[in-house]
This record gives sequence, structure tokens and C-alpha cells, in this order.
Amino acid sequence: MKNTIAERIADFIKNFPPFDQFSKEDLYSIAKEITITYLEKDKKIYAEDEALHDRFYIIHKGAIALKKTINSKLETIDWFDEGDIFGLRPLFAKENYATDAITEEESILYGIPLATFKPLITKNRNVVDFLIESFASNTENPFSKEIHGSLYDDHMDVVANDKELFELQPVRYVKKVITAKAETKIKQIGQLMKQHRIGSIVIENDNIPIGIVTDEDLRNKVITGEHTIEDSVSQIMSSPVLCYPKGVSISQAQLTMMKHHVSHLCVTEDGTPNSKIIGIISQQDITVMRGSNPTVLMKAIKRSKSTKELKHIRKRIMVLLDGFMEQNIPLTQTSKIIFELNDATIKRIIERCILKMEKEPPTNFAWMSMGSQGRKEQLLHTDQDNAIVFENVNAEELESVRDYFLLLAKKVNKRLNIIGFDFCPADIMAKNPKWCLSLDEWKNQFNQWTSNTGADEILLSSIFFDFDITYGDANLTNQLSDHIFKITKNNSLFLSKLGASALRSASPLGFFRQFLVEQDGKYKDFFDIKKRAIMPIVDAGRLFALSNQLKNINNTAERFEKMAELFPEDREFYLSCSYTSKALLKFRTKHGLLHNDSGRFIELAALTKEEKMKLKRCFKTIARVQELIKLKYNVNNYM
Amino acid sequence: MLWNFKKKIYPEYWKTYLHHFEKKDRKNLDTSRFVALDTETTGFDHYIDRMLSIGAVSIVKNEIAVADSLEIYLKQSHFNPDTVHIHGILQHGSKKKLSEEDAIKKFLNYIEDSVLIAHHAAFDIKMINQSLNRLGLPNLKNKVIDTMDLYASTRIKSNFIDKNIHYSLDDIAEAYSINLTDRHTAAGDALIAAIIFLKTTSILKKSKSFRLEHFFLKSNRF
Repeated sequence: MKNTIAERIADFIKNFPPFDQFSKEDLYSIAKEITITYLEKDKKIYAEDEALHDRFYIIHKGAIALKKTINSKLETIDWFDEGDIFGLRPLFAKENYATDAITEEESILYGIPLATFKPLITKNRNVVDFLIESFASNTENPFSKEIHGSLYDDHMDVVANDKELFELQPVRYVKKVITAKAETKIKQIGQLMKQHRIGSIVIENDNIPIGIVTDEDLRNKVITGEHTIEDSVSQIMSSPVLCYPKGVSISQAQLTMMKHHVSHLCVTEDGTPNSKIIGIISQQDITVMRGSNPTVLMKAIKRSKSTKELKHIRKRIMVLLDGFMEQNIPLTQTSKIIFELNDATIKRIIERCILKMEKEPPTNFAWMSMGSQGRKEQLLHTDQDNAIVFENVNAEELESVRDYFLLLAKKVNKRLNIIGFDFCPADIMAKNPKWCLSLDEWKNQFNQWTSNTGADEILLSSIFFDFDITYGDANLTNQLSDHIFKITKNNSLFLSKLGASALRSASPLGFFRQFLVEQDGKYKDFFDIKKRAIMPIVDAGRLFALSNQLKNINNTAERFEKMAELFPEDREFYLSCSYTSKALLKFRTKHGLLHNDSGRFIELAALTKEEKMKLKRCFKTIARVQELIKLKYNVNNYM
Repeated sequence: MLWNFKKKIYPEYWKTYLHHFEKKDRKNLDTSRFVALDTETTGFDHYIDRMLSIGAVSIVKNEIAVADSLEIYLKQSHFNPDTVHIHGILQHGSKKKLSEEDAIKKFLNYIEDSVLIAHHAAFDIKMINQSLNRLGLPNLKNKVIDTMDLYASTRIKSNFIDKNIHYSLDDIAEAYSINLTDRHTAAGDALIAAIIFLKTTSILKKSKSFRLEHFFLKSNRF
């Protein structure tokens, strides 16, 4: 019987070691016996000390972390993603699992029965060697290093969580080395560097490294006038090149660089300058591997060449955020930095998608981020809310122009989803034709919402009015904000309704000063910090911003700070609002990081007394804001 | 006795199939066997058009077993050139093809009393029932679940989403980032339906009010 599914599975696994060593028939016979499992985020595949399964796993989609309790702390010791294999070594060792295997994101796994796999490898010398070598290297993830190399080509992947171990890890070097011959002109070297966005080029002869030239050489020896750009590169290159074999540890590479005052090392087959080049290690790459420094991450985002890479960078942004939280860095700074990194990530994706369209945009446009990203309050991964505005065009061109932007948006939305911004469940995304409009269409839309206002229109206004330009022509978004202020100014009916909606979630404290918790569903007895605390303060901020015409301030805390400036008599009060909005956001972020989720639902039982006190103080401010809104905006008729 | 004469004599394979339903066990996600299936047909008319192929995979304990899958191609009495570009199955192609009765035998033997799952399930089940009826057999006895219903109930209730919207397999696959390489082969679409089933049920079963039975289609729909 034909088995299409098995054929496709065989097509998938053949791309990953050790399956690249198997014959087509063997792959097919493995594929036929595979079981497919779907697991949500944070599910256990197996637990430490659990008896062995009869199969090991290859990740079709998603990511898995191996965790182990070390000194009564659960630590991630290894991390795998698409195409990686895990759980094989314990099967050969015939010992119970030494670690937990947990899904880091939702995953689809292929389970491969050992009984099918084992007889096939005995026929295959290459695979056996491979297995022995990798098991000897004492990693649970025998193929990962090789895989990462082949998957990322010229890029590297960073997992290291444990800083001490990190120093001793082998450096992951760039494999796609850009080289040139000794007689190449300096001018061409400069062009090569520009083209590949790199700072160094290895000069080779028959693949043997004979020198290296870096941007520093260009600065010191060419710009100074010592050499002209028509000279050959051999006159300015450094020679001989420092060479190492692969497997050199991070600390060793770093020490060598410091000792010799160089920024690059060449990796050759046998570690001497007499064998073939297989890679290059730069100071920069080590810094990137060391991890999480905003500047380095920013650089990595801008240089990224694939969505997958961006996904890995996002992971490190989370590590950075975690660090900020731990060190108690003021939230204003934290959220600015995280915003910039998110913003750059989205920009980079849009840039790359425009290239993929193979056609320039037919007219100017702007990509707007809304909701928390628009307010610069998005610290954790939340849903994506976005829209496109494009320049007004003739009626006959309108639909074809919209089609271009819809297609672009589809690509961008898809990639944002891949790197971790979930699709908006209410479809508020630029790929939805309702939210991909020309400037005039948007203006009409806003007119409708503010003149004929029901509950839905209020909700939409509160999402769309907090937009921030992420990419494109700021003229368009400026015109839109001007328009919003024009139509809301003196529109007391609309403002009253907006005020009423800001009060829709009652003060988070119940009659007995108890926290109001969810009554039903998955989060029964949890406290919904978003709905009950963050949304009321955000809504209030927006209302004040619209009614006082605070232009170009989307961030809730900043809106209140501006209010404090405008109304010095209530300064204290507005500043406490600003503080509250920051405190709540920090609270949510901390809990999100702790539980690896959006942080929206908080388990009250897990809070310390101090945290509870802090929360209650925030709630008092919220109650005061709500009182003020009631008085000021004449909302009683709309409640 | 008169009623005895009216009783139809059914072939052995149908009796074996019916036999599986005597257990009468309650279906649940953790122990029952589910079969996700898809049919490719010559068109959308239940009376004129015919099945070209059936693809199916089984799900037991939340695991899809590739070894326990079914892929059959049928001999074509009716040929509709208009749909060849979709399914790519030619009237006299090289794949091994079964007669309608052999295909049905094989299919019944495979599904037993499993709960059947398909996207827009009513269509596929109706197609299979027509085929059974042509062989003088009654309709399928299995419980049937439509993955579109499952997906629709995972969506939030929002005024911004049209409540009567129909989600195509492509829509859902896109929302769930499921690979679409085998789209429009019966086996490929069956696998996509199986993955959607696993994903939607893992979301839905978190709710205390979730009952699998609520999703069983009424038999008058096919």
C-alpha cells in the first residue's frame, strides 16, 4: 500500500543527521513506524527517573528543553529545536531518564521506535561512528552542534544559560567564510565587506589562510593615506593568521584574542595555518554568544537573515528582560529598551518581506502597531495587533494597491507569529482587509466610530487610537493622529462613552477588601491583572490623553506624567497613577517570566504579603482615577 | 413469521463491521480510537460524483500512528476532467486501484467502531454512505466529528468576527502554522485534520464543560 504520509516524513527527517546517512528505503521503513504527537507548551514528554520509552524523538515543530534539578533548582541543561533528536542516549545506556524533557513552545514530535532504528544502524558504519563520538562527548544532544552548523550556515546559535559552563563550551564558529585572493584590490575588499556586512575577510591561497584583513586595517593603513584603494590587499593584511582547530573553548579563544590584540581567529582543519579554512571566530561573535546586551542584540537583529534567527534572538531578549527584572532596573528604562528591540525586530521582518514581494510598494504606507506594543508597554510576548495605512490612491487602483499590502501583511503576520507574537484572536491584524486601509478610509472609519458610538466602536477605538508607527511613512500616521484629535475635540458624547467604558471593570477590590478572582474556567480563583487592574488604568490614560489633546504620547505612564505637568494642582495624584501603571506592568512581567506565559493571571496564593500590599496600593489609585472619571466626564448616563 | 422475510441478508464484512459496535463503550479522548479521514472525489455532487481515494490515519491516546494508516485508490467509473488539477488522480494512472466494493471492505475493516474525524465531515461521510448504499448496504454507524466545529469553538466570541464564518482547512492550517505540502491528497489532508483534532481538543478539554459528545454530528446530516 502506498503511504504518502510516510514518504513525507522520510523527506523531512532525511535533512537531519544521522538520518542523512540512511538509504531511501531505510528512511521509508523508519517513517512508516513513526508516531506523531502534538504537545502544548510546558508539557512533559518524560520526567527525570521515569522508565524509558520504547522510542526517541525528533522535533518536527517547536522546541524542547531538557531540565534537571541541580541543587534543588530546576535548570535547563540543553535546548533543541526543529530537526533535533533527543532521548536517544538514555535508550542506548539503558538507564532511566536523567532529565525532564519539557516543551518550551507547542510542538509536534515524531517518535521513532528504537526497535526499528537499531537494526538499521548496525548496517551503517557512519552512523555508528557518529553515535559513539557524540555519546562520548557527553551531551544529551548528540547531533545538535553539527545540525546548528548546517542549519544556520553562517550563523550561530546560543543556548548557554549557565555562565560557568558557558566559558568552557566550544565556540560556534561561522562556517561560511568570505575569502579573497592576495592580489585583490583594497577597493574590492571594501565592497565585499559592505556586501556581506562583515568586518573581516580571510585572504587565502588554495583554501590555506595566508592572511586576514579587518576594517581596522582599512582604517589604520588606507584611510590614513599609507596605501591607496588600488593597492592589493596583501600589502595591508595581517599575516600569519592565528589558527585553531574546531572545538576551541570560548574562554581560550577570548584569551588568545586578548593576548595577541586581534579580533579574529581562523578555524582550520588541523588547527595550523597549513590546512584548509573551515571557519572564522570573531570577537563580535563571541560577544553575541555571551549573550544579552541590548547593543549586541540590536546588531544581531539588523544583521539577521532569517525568521528562525530572529526567533532565537527573541529568546535572548527574554533572557535580557529576565536579567533587568532581577536587577530591579527601573521599568521606564526596561520597557524602552525592550520596546526598541521589539520594534527593530518587526521592522526587520517588514524589510525582509518587502524584499520577498519582489516588487516595491505601489505607494507610501505605514505599518502601525497597536495595543500594548503601540503604547510601548509590551514586555512579554502577547498577541499581535497591527494595521496598515497607505496613501490615498485613485478609486480604480485602490483594490490592486490593497491587494499588494494584504499580501505583504500576510507574510509579516505569519512571520511575527513564528517568532512568538501570537495571532490576534479577534483578527485585528493588517492581513485582515478591514484593517488594511487608505488614509481616507481610515479617517472615515474613525469618523464612524466617534459619531455613531456603540460598545463595539468604543472597544475598537480604544484599540486603534493607541497606534504607533513601526515602519514606513510617518506623515501618514501623523495625519491620522491629527484627525483623531480633530474629531474627538469637544466631542463630549464620545468622551463620556469612552469614560464609561474605562469604568467597565469595577475596582479590583471587593466589598470586603478582598481580591476579586475569576469565578470560572481554567483560571478559576486566579486574579486577572490585565482585566481588573491594567486595563482600567490604561483606559483612563487614553481618555485623559484624548480629552486633553496630548499628541504623540501613547505610553500610559508618560501620559500621566504629562497630565501632572499640565495640572500642577493635581500633580501628586497623576504621578501616583503613572507609578501605578508602571508597577502593574512590572508585576505582570515578573509573573509572566516566572511562569513562562503572558503573566495575565496571577495566583494569589503564591504572592508574598508585601506583594499583596503593593497591589492593593495600586488598586486604591485605580479607584481614585475611576471616581475622577465619573465626576469629570458625566458618565452616569452611559453606564 | 413475516418480518423474517423482510430482513435483508448482508455480506459477511458488514456483519463483522457491525460486530464492533456491540461493545457500546463510551467514547473519550484518552482511550478511544479516532480515525481522521479525507476523500478525494470527482466533484461535489453526491449522486453523480464518485470517490477517487480515501486517506486515513488513526489517533489513539493522543498519538497519530503512521503505521496504522490507510490509503486507497478507487477504480473510476465516472471521470470528471475538471477536478483533476486539484487531486491529480488520472482515470488510468499508475496507482493500484480497487473496485468500489473492495475499497469499502478495506475501509470498514480499518475503521471498526472508531470515531471518524474530517474537515467538513458531512461531505465525506455522505460520499461514503452513497457508496455503501450502491452496494445495498445501510449508512455508516460511526460517530462523526467535524474539525471545523472544533476549531470554531476554540475561537473567542467577538463581535468583530463573523459568527457564521466557514473556516477552510487552509485557514486553520495557516492559523496553526501547519505545513501544507500534501494538501489535496487524501492522506495529506487526513493528517492535517488529525493534527487539528489534537490541537483543538487539547485546548477545549481544559474547560470543565467540554463533552466530546457535543461535537458528534447528527446522523441526518449525511
